[in-house]
Amino acid sequence: MLQDMIESHGLTKRLGGRTVVTDVTFRCAPGTVTGFLGPNGAGKTTTMRMLCGLSDPDGGHSEVLGVNYRALPNPGRRVGILLDAGAQHGGRRGEEALTVSALTMGADPKRVPELLERVGLDRRAARQRVKQYSLGMRQRLGLAHALLGDPEILILDEPANGLDPEGMRWMRELLRDFADRGGTVLLSSHLLHEVEAVADQLLIIGAGKIVAAGTREELLAGAGTLVRAADDDAALGTAMSAAGLAARPHADGGYIVDAEPEDVGRAAQAGGVALARLGPSESAGLEQLFFDLTSGAADTPAPDAPPAAAADLQEITR
Amino acid sequence: MSTAAAPLQEPFAPSRSRDHRPSFARLTQVELRKMVDTRAGFWLLAAVLAITVLTVVITVVQGDAESHRFANVLQNGVQPLSILLPIVGILLVTSEWSQRTALITFALVPQRSRMLIAKIAASVVLTVIALVAAIVLSALGTALSAPGVDGTWSLGAGLLGQIALYTLTSMLIGVGFGALLLNSAPAIVLSFVVPIAVSAVTSIINALDGVGGWIDQGRTLGDLVLHNYSGAEWARAWVTLAIWMVLPLIVGAYRFTRGEIR
Repeated sequence: MLQDMIESHGLTKRLGGRTVVTDVTFRCAPGTVTGFLGPNGAGKTTTMRMLCGLSDPDGGHSEVLGVNYRALPNPGRRVGILLDAGAQHGGRRGEEALTVSALTMGADPKRVPELLERVGLDRRAARQRVKQYSLGMRQRLGLAHALLGDPEILILDEPANGLDPEGMRWMRELLRDFADRGGTVLLSSHLLHEVEAVADQLLIIGAGKIVAAGTREELLAGAGTLVRAADDDAALGTAMSAAGLAARPHADGGYIVDAEPEDVGRAAQAGGVALARLGPSESAGLEQLFFDLTSGAADTPAPDAPPAAAADLQEITR
Repeated sequence: MSTAAAPLQEPFAPSRSRDHRPSFARLTQVELRKMVDTRAGFWLLAAVLAITVLTVVITVVQGDAESHRFANVLQNGVQPLSILLPIVGILLVTSEWSQRTALITFALVPQRSRMLIAKIAASVVLTVIALVAAIVLSALGTALSAPGVDGTWSLGAGLLGQIALYTLTSMLIGVGFGALLLNSAPAIVLSFVVPIAVSAVTSIINALDGVGGWIDQGRTLGDLVLHNYSGAEWARAWVTLAIWMVLPLIVGAYRFTRGEIR
């Protein structure tokens, strides 16, 4: 059994009299990518800050490489961190920002140009002050920074934020390759499609609590069947309820039904409804699941971001 | 610890060799570099140098030969340092918060007290460099003006030490204010306004005049560059430094090493 590279045991954090993270427990094994999913304000960032020793938990504890993060003698060479791409001195040149960190952790500063090139920042961008960077460029600089110490663990908070679709695909490939070489990745996102394709394990957090954890397949088991009528969704709904099947309307039309496809097909036949689509809900199910699991967060809204979260979820379901 | 995962981790370099804690020397060196590698930091230090040059030049071109002695020129030459180095000291600490680089710094060096000590060490090194520059510039100015009066070059070791202390404590007062407030603009403004206010209040209100003799930086520290201090003067200087330098550094160290990093 391989040792877990990141372990969180019941991490709990209260900020301003409100519990923003409650009893968060999970593990990340070497060679895997873990997607940490949840709406904005669900507690992802707070959890990651606790993992990296930047915030003291009010309960629970966490280990990175088997020890508390703060006990690592030179964490930069073992753990690459990107918590906030905006956290760079605006008056420093991109290459200088990396050089300063390389010198701190004792990494070879000669790696800096090579890393900047790897993340797609050219010579001109490297010489620019960070103030002049776009969000996407800051994210790339942040990723280069995380890779600087040649670490075996990456902890990345919303790394895809501000990246264009091409950049997002590039990042997914980079993370996949990192994990395939034995590295461990924990990355957060509020957008399911950003991590779904690359993550071996998904952790879904809503209102500060882990509401689901497992592989994509595990989470989808029993997620239901997606069915869509050729022309009359209303009649399809009637047919489902006539057969005693629980059906929820799906945002793209049709229904997610808590039953196997063959049962749904029979029910549709019994109701005389022609179908345009019938099958396991797959990604539609995961979206629905994500929405269902995290919508509890909307009942007790986090003051910082519920409207944004709702908008993002709209985006997912579209 | 990662031996169990060895087969999977093959592409990663053996990790043991990388587990060396960054040394103080290295951290101090990086802090010195961080003072000059930003646009603001570079121009601030360039301004310190330019104003020091200007002060020396003005000192040696005006007044009579008596006032062109090396000691006099140096006394004037360190004044810009005592005014501007506190700002350098403040920014050394507060820019980590204002620019949010604390997130990176403390992720790389989680022992925050080591970071604070490295910053203090860097501020001391920079003060020494600035002092040497001021001494060289003052010597140049004196040599060029060649006053030709008795004792042109005389400067006792005691007074030189006091000048160094005067400059160094002004820098550390800045570091203390920075650590206390962790916010650039309020720290800079208050580090100027509060001492002036204290000075004004204690000199206007007669009943507080005695107190002023112990806590007014201008009265208790200002003469450090002029003459060798007596025991009574030292007592007043140390009380002032305890209040303006040591106390902010202690409270600031508490704030620096604790608290959430955002």
